Amino acid sequence: MSQDFRLDNVGMVNREKKISFKFNGKKYFGFEGDTIASALIANGVHLVGRSFKYHRPRGFFGVGVDEPYAILQLDRNNERDPNIRATEQEIFEGLEVKSVNCWPSVNFDIGAINNFLKMFFPAGFYYKTFMWPPSFWYKIYEPFIRMAAGFGEASIKHDKERYEHKYEYCDLLITGSGPSGLASAYAAAKNGARVILAEDKPRFGGSLLTSDVNIGNQTGVEWTEKIIAELKSMPNVVVKNRSQVFGYYDHNMLVMSERISDHLPKTQEYLPKQRLWYIRANEVLISSGSIERPLVFGNNDTPGVMLSSAAKEYMKVYGVLVGKKPLIFTNNDSGYETAIEFKKNGVNPIILDTRSNPSSDIITEAKNLNIEIKFSYVVVAAKGYKKVKSADIAKISDDKKELFNIENIKCDCICVSGFWTPSIHLASQSGNKSKFNEKIDAFVPDKSKQQENTIGSANGIFTLEETIKDAFDKGFDVSNKITEKNNKVSVPTVVEKKSTDHDKFWCVPLPKGKSYKRFLDFQNDVAVSDIELALREGFRSIEHVKRYTTLGMATDQGKTSNLNGLQLVSDIENKVVPQVGHTTFRPPYTPVSIGAIVGREVGKHSKPTRKSPMHSWHEKNNAVFVDAGVWLRPRYYKQGNEGLFEASKREAKNVRQNVGVCDVTTLGKIDVKGPDAAEFLNRVYTNAWLKLPVGKARYGVMLREDGIVMDDGTTTRISENHYHMTTTTAQAANVLSHLEYYLQLVWPELNVNVVSTTEQWAGAAIAGPNSRKLLMKLFPNLDVSNEGLPFMGYKEADLFEVPAKIYRISFSGELAYEINVESDNGYFMWEKIMEVGQEFKIQPYGTEALSTLRIEMGHVAGSELDGRTIPYDASLEGLVSKKKDFIGKRSLNRSAFISKDREKLVGVVPIDKTTSIPEGSYIVKDPKAKLPNPKLGHVSASCWSVEYDNPFSLAIIKDGKNMIGQKLFAMSPLKNKTIPVEIVSSHYVDPEGKRVRS
Amino acid sequence: MLYINCPHCGLRSQNEFAYGGDATVKRPELNKEISDQEWDNFVYLRKSPRGKHLELWHHISGCRQWIKVERDTSTHEIFKTYKANEAIE
Repeated sequence: MSQDFRLDNVGMVNREKKISFKFNGKKYFGFEGDTIASALIANGVHLVGRSFKYHRPRGFFGVGVDEPYAILQLDRNNERDPNIRATEQEIFEGLEVKSVNCWPSVNFDIGAINNFLKMFFPAGFYYKTFMWPPSFWYKIYEPFIRMAAGFGEASIKHDKERYEHKYEYCDLLITGSGPSGLASAYAAAKNGARVILAEDKPRFGGSLLTSDVNIGNQTGVEWTEKIIAELKSMPNVVVKNRSQVFGYYDHNMLVMSERISDHLPKTQEYLPKQRLWYIRANEVLISSGSIERPLVFGNNDTPGVMLSSAAKEYMKVYGVLVGKKPLIFTNNDSGYETAIEFKKNGVNPIILDTRSNPSSDIITEAKNLNIEIKFSYVVVAAKGYKKVKSADIAKISDDKKELFNIENIKCDCICVSGFWTPSIHLASQSGNKSKFNEKIDAFVPDKSKQQENTIGSANGIFTLEETIKDAFDKGFDVSNKITEKNNKVSVPTVVEKKSTDHDKFWCVPLPKGKSYKRFLDFQNDVAVSDIELALREGFRSIEHVKRYTTLGMATDQGKTSNLNGLQLVSDIENKVVPQVGHTTFRPPYTPVSIGAIVGREVGKHSKPTRKSPMHSWHEKNNAVFVDAGVWLRPRYYKQGNEGLFEASKREAKNVRQNVGVCDVTTLGKIDVKGPDAAEFLNRVYTNAWLKLPVGKARYGVMLREDGIVMDDGTTTRISENHYHMTTTTAQAANVLSHLEYYLQLVWPELNVNVVSTTEQWAGAAIAGPNSRKLLMKLFPNLDVSNEGLPFMGYKEADLFEVPAKIYRISFSGELAYEINVESDNGYFMWEKIMEVGQEFKIQPYGTEALSTLRIEMGHVAGSELDGRTIPYDASLEGLVSKKKDFIGKRSLNRSAFISKDREKLVGVVPIDKTTSIPEGSYIVKDPKAKLPNPKLGHVSASCWSVEYDNPFSLAIIKDGKNMIGQKLFAMSPLKNKTIPVEIVSSHYVDPEGKRVRS
Repeated sequence: MLYINCPHCGLRSQNEFAYGGDATVKRPELNKEISDQEWDNFVYLRKSPRGKHLELWHHISGCRQWIKVERDTSTHEIFKTYKANEAIE
């Protein structure tokens, strides 16, 4: 297929490498280095989408990040990627893209009927059109709006691509490789600064790629290549293309997204698709350039109307003509550069200049090239539906209010230039206020807020000579501040054509009797009439006007529309633009893919996975694991066809009848050492600790200052000044921070040190009537009798020559011990326990059986100590010392805490002894009472009691113990269950606690 | 993301720290008779100033020291950082 609009021997694409791709199912060819936009234009394709609201035909408007129209959906390796800008996405072999926001096709789009129903879609239409009748909202309006909203479809499949994050530090970050970026990077790098130069496009050079200038006797392109090559060879410089710095955050932290594989058919091995850089820069030079402003006239959204600078870049960079009969509509000299470029390529443009009699080098050059120029002329309206076919043009009066001599002339594209808008987004995100520069009719950054400076055209400097000089100076100055070196490089001489002032004209008046739509915001279909309406309806603040009309919203964030919108508001309000002010610029500057933001933290990588040293044994023995905080713990060990219920019942029963072993490595462990350790524990825990003898353990509860239980666990006195504290798995980290807080800030006079030893010890709990017999075999030389190692006793001994610590503590309510060995010996310990335990019918048990055992014993855990309970609520009053002070004690006599209505711990059994009570059920007196049914409390934990072979639950209910014996109801609206229950003691099994002491 | 100068470790990114609230709050002494109001103020009442604020940060992924940071709550400017028991200027 021939490319009718491709120029011979012009541009920077690689003509050697032809690439085929599909657009809306049809195959096209382009060259390596083409974007989708340049390749389609080369093939004469201009209709690529439909507009958001009216479904008007959409073509290409720009050539880069500012593109408001050409948003496509990309299919890559069977993945959908929406919101792709055709002007940025490079083509690769096999690329498939399609239009969005049109049905059934971009050529014939049913939604275009909206264009004829304009009266239903005025500004703020979603607050008006779809309001009545209210019953229509849910079934008719909402589905309709949802179908119409958005650009493209996100994939619902798991994204298999890799994204990664990188943290980087540098002396100087430069955001853009145009003339100012290159010059400042070079000056700073030569002065020894560590520099990162970021360019969002594939090619470096910015405006140097397309302007006809001379720097140090080289063309812009040659000079760019020379500087980039030298920067790349320097060890203190990182040069990145396809990298957009999109956010400026606190303390000079900037975030950049690097598109590593987006331009390739497939992500390369060992490389991510995109990489997000978090860059902490000592200094930042913002050289993000400027974006050309459109001129506003009738039907200025017709495909074929585009920025004049874009038309020039398509020619010079891609060797592509956007049209063969171009009309250039300009209020400044930039349009002339485009016209001259057309002329050089054998195309005859016509220039319409709004100015009456300007003169400058470039205008003279255009005249000398015999380009037709009409001064004081404007485009009134573009004609043509899917592509510009002609234009109504007119002479305009000096006061720019009257149109004369309206005539129609043939053309196939209209290149507009309404002067330039500096991209102040990053400076503004940094916290800078902006100031209005009258000379260029645009905002530029005011005083720096963070360590940043804006240079080049982003700072409103539009001559190359001044830009280069200023950038060399700034590059030297900031590097000198950091490196304190004085290696100054000389500034090259610059030759450029001088231009003259632009015309402060931006919007063509409507001719009498015509009501053309004149668009301000091309992505959101916001026309001049919409802003006028919003102002008539009383919206004044520019932020309100933005939200009401959607001006400047969506993916392009008004890069081409903001200033014209402000002009219009200030004209109507009879204000000047700086009085109106602009809306706030927020990150990101350009859309960032969610994948890049998430990075590697997907699925199981979203948090660390911790495994005990015995993990592989559990795996080999059919353990089914459960997430317990960041740990993986065996939930149960599957035998045959067992499910969770059968297996946990079997395991729990075996603990009650024989002996079981449970991996308790995950419990938090903290070493508490120092001469004041006892005093410290006495302040931290609610019970008394000063008299705990060496070699003894004690159960303790710690509170927050507000009286709520924070955590519980046992702490053992290993030696005079050394304690071993255990915490729950979930609270381990918080408890350590809590202890450190009091030691470092509140009681620094206490001589105590704390350190986490959770990972240093592997733990196995052996529980059940046979556990002592097992212990005797494991430690034949140790006296483990009830006298030798009593309940809450502690001993050290060797387990087959491995040093071990034995704590006689119990969570299951059975005779039980916990053995700790150094983590490296954990697997060995576990195997020995299993091996020796054979004859005592040992079985491993998981967290489900562990829960069953503690629930029927009435031992509280996380589901009762849920951040709302005080010790009195959880039957822990015996642990609250009356004599001494401790953290949170003063809160315990608050009236709410001593109220009779306080919900307290009880046991619950279903009357039928068979129906399990769902956790979270409400306890109520009358299941048929009027809603909301007065709630007495809730079921916190449920199990199948293996002792009595019926369901048993713990609940926290009003008036707690006084309710024992009452017949009430457990209601679970979620499970749609109402179960008659009896309230019993929470100590369902062995209420006297004989077994643990046996 | 803030850049916090830990007095023990030097400049570190905010994601190494946990926020710890108002650093000017003083816990009442143990065993001291105090009114409900005083205790309430200590447990619950915090100022939320716009501007300079002395606050606690815990360098949990670093030296594990609690430090005091004088920060502007509206601009995020950090003026000075202190060790836990250093005198505040």
